[in-house]
Parts: sequence; structure tokens; C-alpha cells
Amino acid sequence: MTTGLRFAEQAVAASVADAPGSLKGLRAAGAEAFKTLGFPTTRNEDWHYTNVSAIATAQYTPAADVAPVSLDAAALEPYTFGGTWPLVVFVNGRFNAELSRLDALPAGITVRSLADASVDDADALGAVLGTAATADRDGFTALNAAFAGEGTYIRVAKEMVIDTPIHLLHVTDARGEGLMSHPRHVLVAERHAKAMVVESHIGLANVPYFTNAVVEAFVEDGATLQLIRVQREARTAHHVGTVEARQGRDSHFVTFTFQTGAALSRSNVYTVLDGEGCGCTINGLYMLDGEQHGDHQTRVEHVKENCFSREAYKGLIDDSAHGVFNGKVYVHPEAQKTDGKQTNHTLLLSEKAQIDTKPQLEIFADDVKCTHGATVGRIDETALFYLKSRGVGKVLARQLLMYAFAADVLETIEHPVIVDALEKLTVERFTGSANH
Amino acid sequence: MLQINDLHAAIDGKPILKGITLTVNAGEVHAVMGPNGSGKSTLAQVLAGHPAYEITGGEVLYKGENLLEMDPEVRAQSGVFLAFQYPVEIPGVTNAYFLRAAYNEIRKAKGLEEVDPMEFLDLVEEKLKLVDMDVSMLNRSVNAGFSGGEKKRNEILQMAVLQPSLAILDETDSGLDIDALRIVAEGVNALKRPDNATIVVTHYQRLLNYIVPDQVHVLAGGRIIKSGDKSLALELEARGYDWLLETAA
Repeated sequence: MTTGLRFAEQAVAASVADAPGSLKGLRAAGAEAFKTLGFPTTRNEDWHYTNVSAIATAQYTPAADVAPVSLDAAALEPYTFGGTWPLVVFVNGRFNAELSRLDALPAGITVRSLADASVDDADALGAVLGTAATADRDGFTALNAAFAGEGTYIRVAKEMVIDTPIHLLHVTDARGEGLMSHPRHVLVAERHAKAMVVESHIGLANVPYFTNAVVEAFVEDGATLQLIRVQREARTAHHVGTVEARQGRDSHFVTFTFQTGAALSRSNVYTVLDGEGCGCTINGLYMLDGEQHGDHQTRVEHVKENCFSREAYKGLIDDSAHGVFNGKVYVHPEAQKTDGKQTNHTLLLSEKAQIDTKPQLEIFADDVKCTHGATVGRIDETALFYLKSRGVGKVLARQLLMYAFAADVLETIEHPVIVDALEKLTVERFTGSANH
Repeated sequence: MLQINDLHAAIDGKPILKGITLTVNAGEVHAVMGPNGSGKSTLAQVLAGHPAYEITGGEVLYKGENLLEMDPEVRAQSGVFLAFQYPVEIPGVTNAYFLRAAYNEIRKAKGLEEVDPMEFLDLVEEKLKLVDMDVSMLNRSVNAGFSGGEKKRNEILQMAVLQPSLAILDETDSGLDIDALRIVAEGVNALKRPDNATIVVTHYQRLLNYIVPDQVHVLAGGRIIKSGDKSLALELEARGYDWLLETAA
């Protein structure tokens, strides 16, 4: 191991600290795995375009090592989507019960802090924890396992349909300077259940910190689980977010990743289509400017027959920002009649803006339909002139065209409140009227 | 209204307009005709401020002000309107939003209050009748998937909503069947007022059966080689352009 020695020492320290049973096992496995794996380097094919040495050489204090803090509930209002939804709040990496709102949950929906669940629901949680996002997956997932402690355990009972999203809101303010947090959320949608979870990461102050989040999602037979991820970390932050899903027969797993924040960020969405007739929809929108670096990796593993995967990522990149998209689709020999479609479209808004896009299909079955397409373009000058010729000023004309570019992918989100909020952020993104 | 003096323009260093002089007064309709490649569309685009063209000489005064110094959006806000030969598709922006944004930008520029979506809908519904379009088109993306005729009607709808002082129609008749042509022409005629002016750029005389010009100009090789009244258009229809080009040469 060449990088992250300090992290390894911290990980070992965390893993031997007192913890409930299932967490303790995960921590030990994580610390052990990180010792071997370390941080990925650009020699690793999966990290070729993203250099994480800025993270590896930084010194962060585990969030668990400092006293938890709270803040004024009003400070959260802009981020709660008009907020009547069930809400789980983490401030500077620590669960905050006061700011959370879990009193109005319908019967059949369990939403608990990971720490509580690991005591009271030890068997149910222990059966799934660390089985999708295994500790030895990669360095970041290992590190997350080593520091396991904060997070949420959500279980939607079979045939329960909940239309209201459950919101996991992570905020970091100035007091979060120099901290690292490793939240892990475990989501279980039982047979024929349907639910939506929103996972937000919001930076309230421009201080350096590091978020390394993991979501494990178990979408059982016939269930539908939608996960909307909003990454609006501070521009000084480092963010790695990993989703690992396991899908049963006829299930549908949906993710949307909205990424505008952080100096350096990496999003991983991985799913295994491990039941016949199931499918996933993995969409995203990234908007980067300044010196931001934002990387998206997806991996869909088609294991069984008659499964579908749909992926559409779009991006707007300005200034000297650098975007990366790597979409992997792996079709096992048994996964006949696989129907896969992947697209990645990026608009570069400046000369120095950059995107590396890499579709990667590995197909070992002979009766499949898999397509991919990637485009990189610029704002259409003809359309810009058309708008101006109707009296629309430069700024609004550009906003309209960027919005138009992003609108179709945003509108795939099956919740109008979220669509409206994200559209508004999109329109404001490059005009200085929104921070991030 | 509009005074063009010895206007020269080039694209990618290649001269297209080589000295256009033309005066259009309020209340008038001028037709600009000419063979392909004569510079008709360039003239229209230059007046609207298309960034691809470089002005290499001459001047254009619009209501006494230097039009060529204005950004395209300022020209539009001052009442210049170009109906595009090839209207641009903008998937993802609805017609309703686009029209209202344009309408409000122009109102703002005039120091007027913006109108809200409901007020605006009332206003647009009336204009839709003028071009025989259904209200459902407001919810469609701007020109995306529109037929040729629908696109041209959409241009006239925009013109009806924005109420320009100077409207330039760039081959609005091209590719239209006779019914669509009639609708477009009737729309243009209905918008005619003593205080506005229209320049109709066209390849064919047919449109001028419906929009009667006060003056007809023939453009060739980047210059106006002949001007006359509406009878000139009929003569061109009967004899083609060749006799004029030979005379000019």
C-alpha cells in the first residue's frame, strides 16, 4: 500500500473502538481491506481520469471524534424541498435527532439511525449490512466500512407503497472544517414495496471536508426503489458517493444523481440485476465550473435473463472544470434477452472545459440488445441568436438553452417537487445567483 | 424607419453585400427579390444582427439610430423582428415559456411591467387565431417536430405577440402550400399598421399576390440592380431574372 497510511491508522483505531455487533464486524473488515487496498491510483482503470491524491494526502479528523453540533432548523429550509417529508438530518457527519422528523411515518416503514438499528434490529440489519457494498470493494468503500457508525436503516415492508420521499439530509457548516464522515445507508424495499429516498449532501460553508458515503440498496422481488442523490457539497469539499444495489426478480431500481458541488467528487452507482425481468434506470446531471472535477462511474451487471438497464447522464461543464463518465455494462453468459441502453451527453461551455466519456460494454451472451452513445457539444450558436433575435438577453438566452439541454433528463424524476427544485438550480447554476 | 446606406457585409472573409442602399418608411411594405445567392437572406440576417456576418462598410439607421452597433437582443427590444427562413428548434423549451420570456424581455426594456402567465395566455390565445394554430402548440417545444408550415406560422405568431416596428420576413413563403401561404400572408396583413414597416424577402412572386408591396427591389451580386412598384414583381414572374442580370451586366 502506497497511499493513505494515516487513514489506515485512523481506520484501525475506529475499528477497535466499542461498537454494536454488526458494526464492529464491518469496521474490522473495512480496516483490514483498506490496509491492503489503500486509495486507488490513476493506474487503476476505474480511476484513470480521477486523481484522488488530494484526498489521500489531506489530514481529516473522523466526525465521530468531535462532539456533535446542531444548528438552527431555519438554515435547513432551502434544502428540504418545502419539507413535510420524513427527514433524517446529519450535521457535520453526525445524526441529529432534534432536526430530524420521523414522527409521521406510516406503519410498515422503518427509518432508524444505523447505530440504533444495529442494537435493536441487529439480526435484520446484520443480514444485509456490508453484503452489497462489501468492505473489500475498493479503498473508499473499505474506509467507509472501517468508520461505520453513522447512517440510516430504512426498511419498507412488503407491498407497502409510500409516495412521500424519505429525505436523508447531510449538511456541513463551518464547524465541519477538516472533518471526514463516512455515512452508510441501508435501504431495503421488500417484495412489491415502492418507495423513494432522497440523499442530499449540502455544504453550508466553504471549508475543506471529506464525505465518503455509501448506500446499500436491496430491491426485492417486484419492488421499486427510487434514490435521488443531490450532491451540493461546498466547493472546497471532497466527496465520494457509492451506491451498491442488489435486485430481485421483476424489481426496478432507479437512481438520479444531481451533482454540482465539491472540488473533487466521484459518484459510483453499481447494481446487480440478479432476478429475471428486473431493470434499472440510472440517470444523472452534472454541472461543473471553476476548477471542479466530477467523476461518474456506473456499473450494471446483467446476471439473469430478460432484464433491462437504462442510463442517461447529461452534463454542463464550464471554465476549467473536468467531467468524467464511465458507464460499464456487464452481461453474463446466462443473461439472454438483455436490453441495455446508455447515453452520455455533455455540453462544454468554455474552451478549457473537459470531459472524458467512456462507455464500456462487456457482453458474454449472444442474444442481447445493448446500445450506447456519447456526444460532446457546445451551446448552439444558432439557437442563441434565435433567442436574442426575439429580445431575450444574453444571460437568459444561455440559461434557457442550458435548461433545455438538461430538462429531459431532469424530467425523468418521478416527483414534480424534486423536478421543479432541481430545474431551478439548473437555471441558476452558471449565473452567479446560486452558490452551488 | 430604416435607412441603409452603401452597406457591405462579408462572411468568412467573402464579400456578400457590396453596397446596398435602401430606405423604408413607416407604413410601407418592401419586397426584396433576387436569384439564389444574391444576398437576400444575408441582408435579412445582417439587419437582425447575426454574429457570423462582418460589416465591412456602410451604415444602417433605424429610427435615426445606428442599428449595426446594437446587440441582436437590443434590436429586437427596439422593435426589429426577423422571421427566420429556417426557424430554429429548441427542444426542452416550451413555446409558451419562450414567447412569454421574449414578450417580457421586450416589455422590461421598455420599462413596462412583466405580465404573469395567466395574463399572457389570454393575449396569446387571441394571436393564435390569427395564424390558425391550436392552443396545444403552446405546450410543445419551440419548433421541435413542427412541420415546415407550422414553423412558419409559429414565426408569424411570434411577430403577432411581439408587435415589431420593422418586420423582416426571410423567405417565409418557401416550402409552404397555398393554404399555409394564405394563413401566413393574412397574418402579416392583419399586423400591418401605419406606424410599422415590413420587408418581405422572397424568391417567388407568389407571396406578393397576398402581401402587396409598395416597392420591389431586385438584388443580384450583393447590390440592388433594380427597384420598382409591384408590377416589377409580375414582370419577374413572367420573364425570370436573366434579362435583368444581363441588363445589369
